[in-house]
Amino acid sequence: MQPIHPQDIQFRIDGLTDQDLYIHLELTTGAYAAHLDGTRHPASAFITNAAIRYTNGSISGTGPYRVGLKTALGWIYAEGLTHVEELETERLIMAGHDSQGKLVVALQLSREQF
Amino acid sequence: MHNQHSQHHRILVVFPHPDDEAFGASGTLAKHISGGAQVTYACLTLGEMGRNMGIPPFANRVTLPAIRKEELEASCRAIGIQDLRMLGFQDKMIEFEDQQLLDSRIEALLEELRPSLVITFYPGYSVHPDHDATGASVIRTIGRLSADERPLVHCIAFANNHEQAIGKADLTVDVSAFIIQKMTSIRAHRSQFQAAELVGSRELTEEEILGRFGTEYFWTYRFD
Repeated sequence: MQPIHPQDIQFRIDGLTDQDLYIHLELTTGAYAAHLDGTRHPASAFITNAAIRYTNGSISGTGPYRVGLKTALGWIYAEGLTHVEELETERLIMAGHDSQGKLVVALQLSREQF
Repeated sequence: MHNQHSQHHRILVVFPHPDDEAFGASGTLAKHISGGAQVTYACLTLGEMGRNMGIPPFANRVTLPAIRKEELEASCRAIGIQDLRMLGFQDKMIEFEDQQLLDSRIEALLEELRPSLVITFYPGYSVHPDHDATGASVIRTIGRLSADERPLVHCIAFANNHEQAIGKADLTVDVSAFIIQKMTSIRAHRSQFQAAELVGSRELTEEEILGRFGTEYFWTYRFD
């Protein structure tokens, strides 16, 4: 994974516009959040291999970055993205890592199932 | 309290994530193996939903399963585990899995291996929902056997409230003689090992390593 360069991400988001795609979208504090600090509220959600198609998409912010994708009837949104898998050419694999390196958010798009 | 290390010829270990064996039981397993035990480790998932990706991150959601599979294999080699079974369940979803399917996989392993000792997580006191659900499946399955067929079950517990509920561990294993195997097993999980809560801000001294990792604790599960 490499730190995100927003121009490259925008180029890749544009390249996936108006196509049938699979998405993995995830947000997590981790299952140990409350074990390590009783005041924290553990919360996680993921959806994997949901079929989507977006008409407009963009990356925003100065880092960590936000991505918004406009679909025919709604929106997809992820905040906190810091890294991208630079070796992937077909799939767009992005993640947000916290100051300890732990994954907190993932947004992935692919023409094939994950 | 009994601290003697009784002989077991065949041991079945059931945990949901690669690295559960490393932190909780690797020293004890290395000790059993040096005493001649055959160990089968049934690892339910590949930990593919883990949050640690290395520092700087060298894994991602897509590559993590293959990376953690290799780490798991390296950890098992370090401990000397002879038989690793990767059961292929989805990480984070054990509590939602078809219970009959889950139990039937455990049951098949028990029938095949006839272990005298099973090591797993204490259901309800093991923090991660996958840990609790794995322990619950093992306890359910073994609980269905008649009392004279049941292997001994040693559980790991580490929830913040566990001592109030289930008391202190009744089995304390000094694994200092196997600390090299244990640390090699932990470090084999390279993507997970750099977690801040684990390594802190500096290298641990040998004494600190023994203090932190030199003893393992188990609760004997009482079925009655």
